[in-house]
Order: sequence, then C-alpha cells, then structure tokens
Amino acid sequence: MADLTDYTAVKLLSLLQAGELTSTELTKAYLDRIEACDQKIGSFLRTDPEESLKHAAAMDRRRNAGESPGPLAGLPIALKDNLCTRGQTTTCGSRMLENFKPPYDATVVEKLREAGAIPLGKTNLDEFAMGGSTESSALGETCNPWNTTCIPGGSSGGAATCIASGMSPLSIGSDTGGSIRQPAAFCGVVGLKPTYGRVSRMGLVAFASSLDQIGPLARTAEDAALLLEVIAGHDARDSTSLDQSVPRYRSVLQQPLKGLKLGVVEEHFGEGLDAEVESAVRESIRVYQELGAKITSVSLPHSEYAIATYYVIAPCEASSNLARYDGVHYGYRTDENILHATLKQQRSGLSATDDEQALNNLDSPLVRLYRQTRAEGFGAEVKRRIMLGTYALSAGYYEAYYLKALKVRRLIRQDYDEAFREVDLVIGPVTPTPAFPRGSKIDDPLAMYLGDLYTVSANLAGVPAISIPCGFSNAGLPIGLQLQGPPLSEDRLLQAAHWFQKETAWHQRRPALN
Amino acid sequence: MMSDKPYKIVIGLETHVQLLTETKLFCRCQNRFGGPPNTQTCPVCIGLPGTLPVMNRKAFQLSLITAIALNCEVPKFTKWDRKSYYYPDLPKGYQISQYDLPMSQNGWLEISDPQGNFDSKRVGIIRAHLEEDAGKSMHDELAGKADSRIDLNRTGTPLLEIVSCPEMYSSLEAKTYLTELKLLLTYLEVSDCNMQEGSLRVDANINLHVDTPQGKVATPIVEVKNMNSFRAVERALDYEAQRQYSEWQEAGKKLGDVPKQTRGWDDGAQVTRAQRSKEESSDYRYFPDPDLVPVIVEPEEVEQVRQSLGELPAVLRKRLQTDYSIKPYDANVTVNQGPKFAEYFIRLAETSGDPQQASNWMQQEVLRTLNEESWAVDEFPVTPDELSQLLQAVQKGEIDRSRAREVFREMTMQGNSFQQAMQSLGIEQVDQSALLQLCEQLLTEFPQIVADVKAGKQQALGRIIGEAKRRNPNVNPGQFRQPCLDLIEQK
Repeated sequence: MADLTDYTAVKLLSLLQAGELTSTELTKAYLDRIEACDQKIGSFLRTDPEESLKHAAAMDRRRNAGESPGPLAGLPIALKDNLCTRGQTTTCGSRMLENFKPPYDATVVEKLREAGAIPLGKTNLDEFAMGGSTESSALGETCNPWNTTCIPGGSSGGAATCIASGMSPLSIGSDTGGSIRQPAAFCGVVGLKPTYGRVSRMGLVAFASSLDQIGPLARTAEDAALLLEVIAGHDARDSTSLDQSVPRYRSVLQQPLKGLKLGVVEEHFGEGLDAEVESAVRESIRVYQELGAKITSVSLPHSEYAIATYYVIAPCEASSNLARYDGVHYGYRTDENILHATLKQQRSGLSATDDEQALNNLDSPLVRLYRQTRAEGFGAEVKRRIMLGTYALSAGYYEAYYLKALKVRRLIRQDYDEAFREVDLVIGPVTPTPAFPRGSKIDDPLAMYLGDLYTVSANLAGVPAISIPCGFSNAGLPIGLQLQGPPLSEDRLLQAAHWFQKETAWHQRRPALN
Repeated sequence: MMSDKPYKIVIGLETHVQLLTETKLFCRCQNRFGGPPNTQTCPVCIGLPGTLPVMNRKAFQLSLITAIALNCEVPKFTKWDRKSYYYPDLPKGYQISQYDLPMSQNGWLEISDPQGNFDSKRVGIIRAHLEEDAGKSMHDELAGKADSRIDLNRTGTPLLEIVSCPEMYSSLEAKTYLTELKLLLTYLEVSDCNMQEGSLRVDANINLHVDTPQGKVATPIVEVKNMNSFRAVERALDYEAQRQYSEWQEAGKKLGDVPKQTRGWDDGAQVTRAQRSKEESSDYRYFPDPDLVPVIVEPEEVEQVRQSLGELPAVLRKRLQTDYSIKPYDANVTVNQGPKFAEYFIRLAETSGDPQQASNWMQQEVLRTLNEESWAVDEFPVTPDELSQLLQAVQKGEIDRSRAREVFREMTMQGNSFQQAMQSLGIEQVDQSALLQLCEQLLTEFPQIVADVKAGKQQALGRIIGEAKRRNPNVNPGQFRQPCLDLIEQK
C-alpha cells in the first residue's frame, strides 16, 4: 500500500468502509508521520497516541461487529487548541490556560466523537487565535512545511500545517478574520469559513464572538464537505447558531458548474497585491471560465474600511471575552508570596518618603493580583488587542469607534447583499502575498493586520468563504484563491472548489519534508 | 405635601427583585436560595472558557408580567449588554444586563396613605430591566486574616431592576412605594420578595431641595445602600435628610460641587456611613453582548399578558368596596395582607352573606391569630366555609359574640370543625319550648320585674336575661328577649 498519509479523507473512508484498512493501521500511520515530521513543523501542541489508538481500536471493533459507527468512523482528525476537549488540556496557545482542563467537550468535538472520528491531538495557534502567523503562541513554534523559515499563517497555523505535511487527513480550525483561510492559503490546503451560526461555537474559546466561526481544513473540497456535514447544524446551547437544516454537501459537489456566475472583486486587485498572487488568481478565473462560469466584475465599495472596522470590533469583543482570565477562579495566577512581598516592600518604601498620594494609589492585593496575573499570563499581541478594545469601548470613545464600526459593518454586509444579487459567488485572492519569513512582521503589527485585507470582510458580513490552492510563487510557496458566497451557500462554494480541483493539480503537490 | 421644614426631600428608589424561576437566567442551574456554597453552578454560570449563555424565556416572561403591571411601555426590540467590572464574585468579568434599550420603560405605580399623610399619587417608573445577579463574597477579616470566600450559587440568577423617578418626597412615601411594589410582586407571583434572603434589595438616591433667599437649591445626591427592611429604609432616609441638611448648613455644597457619594446604612448605630466615593467612577464599558440575540416582543404578546394579569391590588381594593360594600380602610387592610388573605375574605363574605361581618372577623380575630401564631394564611387551620358557619350562627343570633369567640378559638387551636367546637364547648341550641319554660319560671320567681317592665322600665329585663344565662349558658340573650317580653305582655 502506498503511503496512507498521502490519501484524501474520502479515499481513506472508503478503504475503512470496505474493510481494506483498519482505523488502528491508519491512526498508527498518522502517529508515525507526526513522530517523524512534527519536530520540524510544530503543528501539534499535544498528542496522546495511546488515547488515539484506543479510540481507533474501539472503532475497529464496532465495525467488525457489523455496526455502522458514524460518517467519519475511524478517520483521524486534528483539533485546534481553542476547542474544548473534556478532561484534556485546552490552552489556546496561552500561558493563561496552559494547564486548563475543561470539564466538557465543545459541541463540534462532541459531534466528531459521535461521528466516529479519532482525535489525534491539539494543534498550535496564535495566542487566543489572535494573529496571522502562529508566532504569538506562547507554547510552541510552527513552521511552514514548504519553507520552514516562513510562517505557516495563522491563527490556525497548526491546523493548516498538519494537513499540508500529511500529519492528519482532516482538521478543525476557527476563523475570526481569516484564521482558517489565510493559513490554508499559505500552506496549500483547503480551508472553509462557514456562514456565521452554521457551526455551533459552544466550547470554542471566544476571541470575538460575533465573528468567530469554526470550520474544516483538508486537502480537498470534497474532504472539507465531508467534515462540514458532520460539524454543522443548530445547537440549542449557542443562541447565535442558525436553525437551518444541513445539506448533504458531498452529493451537491458532483453537480456541474454550468451557469455559475462569478464576480471578480475589483477592490481586491488594487494596491498591495503581490504580482505572483495576482497572476495565479487571474489564471484561476480563466479556469472557471473554461468550466462554463460567467465572469463579471463586482464592487464591494466599503472593502477599504474592512480592516479598520475589524480591528475595532474584534478587539472590543476580545477585551470583554478575555476579562474572565483574572487568576481568581481558574487558569494562571501570579505567585502570591511574591505579590505580597512586593506590595509590602513598595508600601514601606513609600511610607519612608511620606508620599501619601502614592501610598493611597498603591494597588490593593486584589487589584495587584489581577494586574500581575494578566501581565504575566498574556502575551504581547493579546495585551495589545485588550488595550485597543478597552480603549474603544471607554466612555467618550464608544460612539466614535465601536458604534461607528458597527455602522460600517452594516454597509459591508450591504455590499455583499448587492453583489450577490448580480452573481452567485465572488472570487479573489485570500492574501496579498504568499507566506512571509518568520519574525519579519512580528514587531510591525500594522503590517501584520494588513495581511487580513481580503479575509476580514467575510467575517464582518457573516458570509461563508473558502480558500483553495491555486498556484505557487517562484520561491515555491503556495498561493490561495478565495471564493465567497451569500449566507448558507457552503454547498455552492464547495461545489465550485471541487470542480476547480478536478481541473487543477495544485492541491496534489506535497512539500519535501525530509 | 405639608412640610414645616425649610427643605423638600427628594427620593428615587432602585429595587432589585429576584424572579421566581426554576433555573437561572442564562443556564440550567437551579435558582434556589441556600444550598452549600458553589453547589448550584455549572460551566456557564461560572464563566468557563467557551461556554455560552442561553436566555431563560420564563425569566423574560416574569419580567414582562411585572413591567406591564407597572404600566410600563414594552418596546418591540430589546437586547442584552455586557457591563464590565472586575470583582471576584463576577466570574466572567462582566455582568449581562440591559443598558440603552431596556425591556420596559416609562411606567408608574400608584401609592396612597389611608391616614392621609400624603395625597394619592403616581410614582413614575423610569425603567425595569432584566439582568443576571453576581455571586456572594464573604470577607473574613478576623484575627488579622484577610481571607475572602466566594459563593457562586447566586451567580446568574435572574434579577429585575426597577428604577423609580425621583418623585418621592418623604420617607413615608418611599416606604409606601416599596410596600405597594412588594404587594404587587406578591400578587403577580413573580418573586417571593424576601428581603432577608436578598430576593428584594433596595438602594435609595436622596437629596434635598433647600429653600434659600436665592431660590431653591439642590444638595448633592447620595446613594444609600445596605437597607435590609422597609423600616430600615424609612429610618435611613430620615437620618440622611437630617444629615444632609446639617451638612448643607455647614458646608453649603450644591449638587454638582462634589462627586456622588455612596453611604451604607448601619442598622445597629442607626446612622449612614460613607462608603467609597464615586470619584473614580467606574466606566462599565457597556456594549451589546454578541453571544445573545435581541428579544423581539410583539404587541400582541404584550396584550396577551395584559389580559392574563388577573386582579391587581389597586383594582381589588376598589372591587371589595363596590362588590362587598366594605369601607376603603377595610378594603386596604384586606388587600395589603396579600392575595391569599383577600381570597379568604371574599370566600367568607360570599358564603356568610355578610361582608361587613366577614371583614370585621378577618381583621380582628383572624388577623390577630395569624400574627400571634406567626402563621401564613395558608397555614390557618380553619377553612372559610367552616368559619362561615360560625358567622351565620352569630348572624341568626344562635350564639352571642363572646361565645362565638370561644368557638373560634376552639376551632383554630384544636383544629375542630364548627360543629365539633360547639359540641366540645357544650353549646347547643336551646329549643323554643325549653326557652319559654325557663322564661315562665323566672317570671314567676321575679314578679317585681314583670311589674317594672309593665310600668315601662324595659331595662329591668336585663336581670332576667342575666339569670337565664346563669342557669343555662346556651341561652342567647338576643333570642331570649322577645319571647320574654311577649310573656310579660300576656300577664
């Protein structure tokens, strides 16, 4: 048998169902691959081979006993480490939650378990999913498998790299401003951000609640469809989840694309777009034309405000969502002995100088506990966003920033509504450039934020979007193509991506890891 | 409003009411007072990462009922906001509340004083909104320790915050408002209003409008907290008015000169004490909670709730006066005792056929017994139908008032039926022939009385009646009098 880790999930599933392959063999193959490659890539924060093999064996037993143990039975899967897994550490790539074990599974994890998937481990991410390079993780470094001196993208860096390097056939990421699509583009894999509310957020550690959405990463659109079908659906435990039935995505894929109307987003081909990316995307548009799609030009006129809008709304929500990490109830807490000793020292120092004002302003032990815990437990990017959001929500600034941003958000959504009256899907790049060298933007947050130029709008508008491999740069780095559709058009997106992949071979290339 | 003081007191009240739901506002934990610390909690209410709130519809329904009973407007659209502050008993670092679009606003509550100390008036309700409660912090500072303990059982229980307009001008008005509000909530069955258990909490905002040669001047507003009974509210406000007036005379600070102050009522010392100054007033950074969807309330739903409200205290007071012809004062006392008491009265009035007598019995014998025994109305052992038999016996003159009270005591204390009580007290109906026989005998024994009565001295009859009652305690003077007179007539 050829290298199992090279197969698509759909192919592996048919082998499992035909009894030509056991889940134990398959899981073992992936664990071996992780063993061999992950030291170099750093996709996983944690794996538990014993636990995975135990699940695989149980799946095999059930299948042998003639049961039909679920639509993903026996297939390994990787989980981004901001998805709660019962009794297993869920860190969000942060010191704050380094030892946090939730007593519950995320709804998505529950659904995957019910479907028979075998969790392989938890993948690395930017701290609390804030970032586009996975460099802000406090707990590990992740490299781009195509060039390990480059970043893998983020925040779902581990989720994308484990697919690209054959360490898992499927993985789950989360996308708040591009966190599935951008690393998928940088790593040459498929990543789908579903419609807001399509997948339950229950158990996804919140970054920006009105933007966060869980989605699949895989090698092919077909694999992504297989996975989305399992994780999508209404959840009574998430008030924002949509009460809409889940289509059979995989069966829709096969229908021909004829008559598909694709809109090329004018604004996505302006300043800042790398020439190689532009030519790969334009070439992809030609591929669609050949597939029978009608290509027109559409405008999303408020695109230019998307980054500014996003970087007000997301930090505002983040500043509130992350307030709970205060060292009181769970998670990281600063060393209290040091805290009290320091306070005592400061108090006696101030008493000696008779500076009553400064003495009065000295933190109470409780306030110092909060400040010190958060100072030590969060990394720079998280603190930056907490400060941005706290500032923007403060009295006197709220109207100018948060409320204004909400208004622009509505206009951005209206742009999409109008575009989708003309076309079925819009097409454009995922990122302005291919993956960049590690460390090159870490001290330039603004440059990093501008990398989200084409992805944040879909989150602001709540519409689904998919990233598919569409070429390579001269330096050998993958380039991604983005398709965006109206709410609940995941079937359309997957179908369009599927036909593209039938015509192209970009997704079949593999990075040389040895 | 009569006042001999050179100032007017202005009071606004903020009342927090815990709603009687089975479960908490945003999770499925039990909403119940007591229980060992941190046993009524779940990942949602203790704010673990990744958890999400889901609104309890029942809590919203109870709020809707209350808002409509308070004559509030109910907007079609309402939403949830996060109120951010750090405190150990607030595990998420924010409280889910309602900020700029509360679920109800612009209502009123009518208050009046039977003694006429102030004219009946409508106190405006600025808004009533729903929010989740925080947990409880217990600070143990004994022996130099600085331990704090947190109990999150209360975290996430539904609270309705009712904010009045600053339209009460005496501590009595404030107390009356609270009494009427509590009564209304009790009739609506939305809260048990137990101040000791914290299911009803009151904060007051108070300042003075002082008459000066330059016109009226408002003094700085003070928020008073820690008032654990209505009496405490009354006393705290009286104390605070005097304190503010003295301070005004000494310092002359006007509204706006100093930051708003918070003071706590010390019930032991009967004074208010300064708590923290709101100088570094917290910025709560309210913003819409993205984890929850707005609530849409259709006008039809509001109308439906309005129709199903049942009889509220103000209406019931009027009905008792018109349907049962009892005095306004009596109607007031009856209704203020709560819906079960009023219900008991109505049943008693109906079955006995004598509402005024029923009202008298309720307010004297029944109420006294309830107070003496510390019984709630539903613990009272005598049903209205049993009590009605007693009242009817009195009405027909079968027994007199003092014997009736003995029977009542027998019924309440021994749990006897009317018949059993009559028997155990040896009370039986004296039949007509026995009565006449006794009368004949007495008239023979006391000829002088016959003569006196014939001579027009009716009061002489009293002696015969007294004697009759001595020989047979079951003789009812009312029933004895006429036959006796008839017999004298014939002589």
